[in-house]
Amino acid sequence: MTISKPPVEDFATDFDHTDPEWVANPFPIWDELRETCPVAHTERYGGAWLPTRYEDVSAIAHDTEHFTSRTVVIGNGRPGDDAPPAPMGVAPPISSDPPFHAIARRLMQPAFSPKSIEPYNEFTRNLCRRLLAPFSDASQIDISADYAEHIPTLVIAHMIGFPPEDEALFREFVHVVLEAVDAPIEERIEMFEPIRIYFEQQIMDHIENPRDDLTDFLLNAEIAGQKLAPEHVFGTMVLLIVAGIDTTWSAIGSSLWYLAQHPDEAERLRHDPELMSLAIEEFLRAFAPVNMARLVKEDFDFNGCPMKKDDWILLSFPAANRDPEVFEDADKVIIDRKVNRHAAFGLGIHRCLGSNLARMEMRIAIEEFLAHFSSFSLADPSDVVWSQGQVRGVRKAVVNIS
Amino acid sequence: MKVTIDPDKCQGHGRCFGGAPDLFDSDDLGQGIVIGDGTVPAGLEEAARLAQANCPEYAIEITE
Repeated sequence: MTISKPPVEDFATDFDHTDPEWVANPFPIWDELRETCPVAHTERYGGAWLPTRYEDVSAIAHDTEHFTSRTVVIGNGRPGDDAPPAPMGVAPPISSDPPFHAIARRLMQPAFSPKSIEPYNEFTRNLCRRLLAPFSDASQIDISADYAEHIPTLVIAHMIGFPPEDEALFREFVHVVLEAVDAPIEERIEMFEPIRIYFEQQIMDHIENPRDDLTDFLLNAEIAGQKLAPEHVFGTMVLLIVAGIDTTWSAIGSSLWYLAQHPDEAERLRHDPELMSLAIEEFLRAFAPVNMARLVKEDFDFNGCPMKKDDWILLSFPAANRDPEVFEDADKVIIDRKVNRHAAFGLGIHRCLGSNLARMEMRIAIEEFLAHFSSFSLADPSDVVWSQGQVRGVRKAVVNIS
Repeated sequence: MKVTIDPDKCQGHGRCFGGAPDLFDSDDLGQGIVIGDGTVPAGLEEAARLAQANCPEYAIEITE
């Protein structure tokens, strides 16, 4: 259940990233704010700020002195007494600040390096082919429900050794963490309970039946000769599931949604596979799925904005990626764009740990879709559903296929 | 022409080794490293400049 809220009249003074207008098409909102504001404010969620210029987003992302990552999802509460204490936060390392952050991050980095990701290429390609096979003679496919939503879900389940048949449950977890942000705090705590129980069961199963996967890696990992605290293992598991699923699901979905409206660009990619790397970076720039959040540590003046302790910052990398000060023709999707210093994976110390995995999944998912269907087009552009909240992506988009 | 990566700035975005694999590689953590001593072979100058232009952390330096 969500609380019904008044619609946003003025995004400069009352923005809300769950407002239907924002969910449907946030780009004009950001463009206007960037020109006129450029740091928007809202009293919603107990007070939040929204920088829209690349320079401001970058400055805040790099400033761990004034801004904490203790929670990175804006909601109606603040981390309370029940939250693990700083510096670890609820889901290390994304919720950790220096200096603990570097330790928690370094622990995970080898598992997500390009060379560690490569062995999952074949699994991912076979998965994409298996998902598309039933549609060989079909006339329509939903790029989200029939394809994109399964790919990162089943890849991360494979990596952490969770049962693939529970995949719908993982997406429900993602929904609770990222989309149900309007629910009252008590209700959200209740919604988290089944997640906690499920993860505890899976972790226990790994303790009893050791195997070679990321869960076992975490259970055996040590910091300074000590096994990780149970809440560290649990928090990182939740992070891997949540951050590993709807981010890449969204990126794959948005890319295919775009190509379904630009058959000539799809054709270019079919004939010039070299173009794919540039196209993926451009899809990441133009349709960056992830907005992060920070909390203001202490009262602080940021470029004339009187930020108060515990105000949220909605750190919109997608808005930064559309800043014409940094990107030529920022509002256009140019699939062979060469100069493209986008911030889709964040800036500063919290660069997306899974960026190499995300790119691999995007590439293979798009390649396989293009190879399977000689042409595809969006069935009804008005019947596209976008996710609500800090991660933006297609949740329904039916395309005609042949 | 020579490329260097400032390891204090690099956050492992992978734009250098992704876009110019003849000039850059990744280490065990996934951080960018230059291949060899960073000397840019003839013909790869444009790739080096693009790697510099695309690094989100401004970690790549070019000396001519």
